[in-house]
Amino acid sequence: MAIPRVRIIAEYSDRVRAILRTAGELSITAGVIMMLFCAYLLWGTSAYTARQQLLLQQQLAEEAAEAAKKAQDVAERDKKPEIPKIELGGALALLRIPSLGRDYRYAVVEGVDTEHLKRGPGHYPGTAMPGQLGNFVVSGHRTTYSAPFNRIDELQRGDDIVVEAAEARYTYRVTSQDIVQPDETEVVAPVPGKPDITPTRSFITLLTCHPEYSAAQRLIVYGVLRETQERKV
Amino acid sequence: MYGWIWRKLPGATTTARVVAASVLAAVTAAVLWYAAFPLLEPAVPLDEVTVRK
Repeated sequence: MAIPRVRIIAEYSDRVRAILRTAGELSITAGVIMMLFCAYLLWGTSAYTARQQLLLQQQLAEEAAEAAKKAQDVAERDKKPEIPKIELGGALALLRIPSLGRDYRYAVVEGVDTEHLKRGPGHYPGTAMPGQLGNFVVSGHRTTYSAPFNRIDELQRGDDIVVEAAEARYTYRVTSQDIVQPDETEVVAPVPGKPDITPTRSFITLLTCHPEYSAAQRLIVYGVLRETQERKV
Repeated sequence: MYGWIWRKLPGATTTARVVAASVLAAVTAAVLWYAAFPLLEPAVPLDEVTVRK
């Protein structure tokens, strides 16, 4: 007995419908997961940095208090203050940029590997320390991990970049901005952009990615030391 | 797919199944957020901020 033609078509279209429905559901699920991943990149990663920054800033405050206590000690006062060796991943100074908000403060960590930059803006090992002759180079995330350098493109010539180290507060003045290719390492030279020259001044260079959400180029903000205030005892 | 999951969910009443479905969704989201995404994140070249040769 032959199966009626209508039933064959009905069964066939049921199967097609089931396949299409499953494909549609899988696509929607994939889309939702991708949106969740974007949310994670933007906000989930920041939670990690926020926790780390809390610890690092606490560590900096303790070190500053210790340095002040030492400075009061008569026996210690005449000794030349030794600058503690900073380990990779440790906090070395507090970065403040008043024009990006009164609460803008990040503990700068030593190192620019992925694990270091997750904790906060990272200082290039081997480049000058804050206030020293040469170039104090700091890289920071622009979109993920609290995005500390998200708005450094708004910095204008003359804006202050304040670096609070244990021994002093250094105020740098923004001089210019630039957008460079990722392999232009001249920007981290002791005199930014001029690798062959010996520095006679203290510079600061901030690096982040450009354009936002991209790894195509780098945004660079240059500054020069304007003022040094020794920590009050 | 979702129809199949719905039929497999425990619970006799619709309310119980909605609760079970919510728990399942929350667990899935948590596993993604806290286990899968952190592993996946370094592979995304979204925020490269250093210069190197």
